[in-house]
Amino acid sequence: MAYTAKFKVWRGDAESGGLHDFDVEVNEGEVVLDIIHRLQATQAPDLAVRWNCKAGKCGSCSAEINGRPRLLCMTRMSTFTEDEVVTVTPMRTFPVIRDLVTDVSFNYTKAREIPSFTPPKDLQPGEYRMQQVDVERSQEFRKCIECFLCQNTCHVVRDHEENKEAFAGPRYLMRIAELEMHPLDTADRVRPAQDEHGLGFCNITKCCTEVCPEHIKITDNALIPMKERVADRKYDPIVWLGNKLFRR
Amino acid sequence: MKSGVGAPTRARIPDKTLRTDRWWLPPLLTNLGLAAFVVYATIRSFWGSAYWVPEHGYLTPFYSPCLSESCLPGSSHFGTPLPELPGWIPLGFLALPFLLGFRLTCYYYRKAYYRSVWQSPTACAVAEPHDRYTGETRFPLIIQNAHRYFFYVAFLISIINTYDAILALTHGLGLGGIILLVNVTLLWAYTLSCHSCRHIAGGRLKHFSKHPVRYRLWTLISKLNVRHMQLAWTTLATLVITDLYVMLVASGVISDLRIIS
Ligand code: SF4
Ligand code: SF4
Ligand code: FES
Repeated sequence: MAYTAKFKVWRGDAESGGLHDFDVEVNEGEVVLDIIHRLQATQAPDLAVRWNCKAGKCGSCSAEINGRPRLLCMTRMSTFTEDEVVTVTPMRTFPVIRDLVTDVSFNYTKAREIPSFTPPKDLQPGEYRMQQVDVERSQEFRKCIECFLCQNTCHVVRDHEENKEAFAGPRYLMRIAELEMHPLDTADRVRPAQDEHGLGFCNITKCCTEVCPEHIKITDNALIPMKERVADRKYDPIVWLGNKLFRR
Repeated sequence: MKSGVGAPTRARIPDKTLRTDRWWLPPLLTNLGLAAFVVYATIRSFWGSAYWVPEHGYLTPFYSPCLSESCLPGSSHFGTPLPELPGWIPLGFLALPFLLGFRLTCYYYRKAYYRSVWQSPTACAVAEPHDRYTGETRFPLIIQNAHRYFFYVAFLISIINTYDAILALTHGLGLGGIILLVNVTLLWAYTLSCHSCRHIAGGRLKHFSKHPVRYRLWTLISKLNVRHMQLAWTTLATLVITDLYVMLVASGVISDLRIIS
């Protein structure tokens, strides 16, 4: 059944901005992105919003709905009561460009800082052979749609602008884990994870996992295993001695 | 708020969060739960009596292993290599610091108390109250990396607790014996579901295919590991229940429900 919902949408740019009130029609089966589109079509033609697939697969429509980082296209209106005010703001960790659109280039910078897949030197493309069980673990991380909701929610940078320099964020620490667990990758990922990409900043409070729309167990399967590998390498005298003696 | 969500380039929103759900409730419950356990465990550790039921062989896990001459006759399952202790030293003083350390450095408890006690962050997308944040990059929190060592000791203590429970069964079967057994089973589940254990068992391998046994082990531990939080809380509860039961029986407030004597 159609009803009129109360919306508060953040509008503005880097200099100023605020929440604007709207009364807008909602029909059965709609998602928040539909309502934003209706606002564009009827009341706010210049409202800026980024989106592409409307299927939760392109990772473009990340925003915050009632304070929770989510995809606009995957948040059903049926999760709200009819008299609930729905507040939509841009992601609050990245510089805002306009309205709901933020500048996410922080993430591209972080992506470039990670050395790419490094197969053994003597192995030609086409000669890669690996067992399914060996690649399985890192395959989970490849479900990532790069929506950057985890990067946005992580308090290390969300609450501390000054940490952006030193901290790659959950998505890119997970990328390091993916390569580290890859059976054919030969690069040293462990020491740099801690020393250059800021793994130690993460205090495993799991907000990245909580918001990931792909339900990747970022903390349990990528970050904690990386912390354990760092402990092997840097903080565990017995493993260190074992590696020296037996040259594993 | 100047440095975080209030930083100059970001969308100008004065609120520290716009969340409308009860995000403050889980950290509050965590604080209450942890505080209740800490108070109970501290009182009982220093209590110094009502920890051993000689006729049924019940020893509370808070006093195990009991290795000094101050221990009640029969409660020292591994002899008394230590002399009498002054009253202010808990009789379980050898195991307790390691068990505390195991839980303090546990990846789940870290999450729990970083959120609830330290409020870093209190809840997701709620601005934290601290101006600066360095996480686990430096002293003292860098010590969290020693978690595996606490795991090794906790593993040994679980063996001792198992021995205690089995010893109680040699006195026949009572409700207390069942409680000890359930407690130790859950303690094993908590200990084995540890993230460090998962890593040691197989997680650190790059090629599972070359180590089928460790891969199998890793798969099993991974299944337990997803329940690590539930096990962390359940074992706090079973520890209290077990100790309380032993205390009540030992002090004669209730008598043990015997099934086979
Ligand atoms: S678990 Fe670590 S990376 Fe993920 S949100 Fe928390 S601090 Fe950030
Ligand atoms: S890990 Fe999840 S939350 Fe993070 S960018 Fe990828 S899909 Fe988005
Ligand atoms: S529009 Fe593609 S993920 Fe929402």
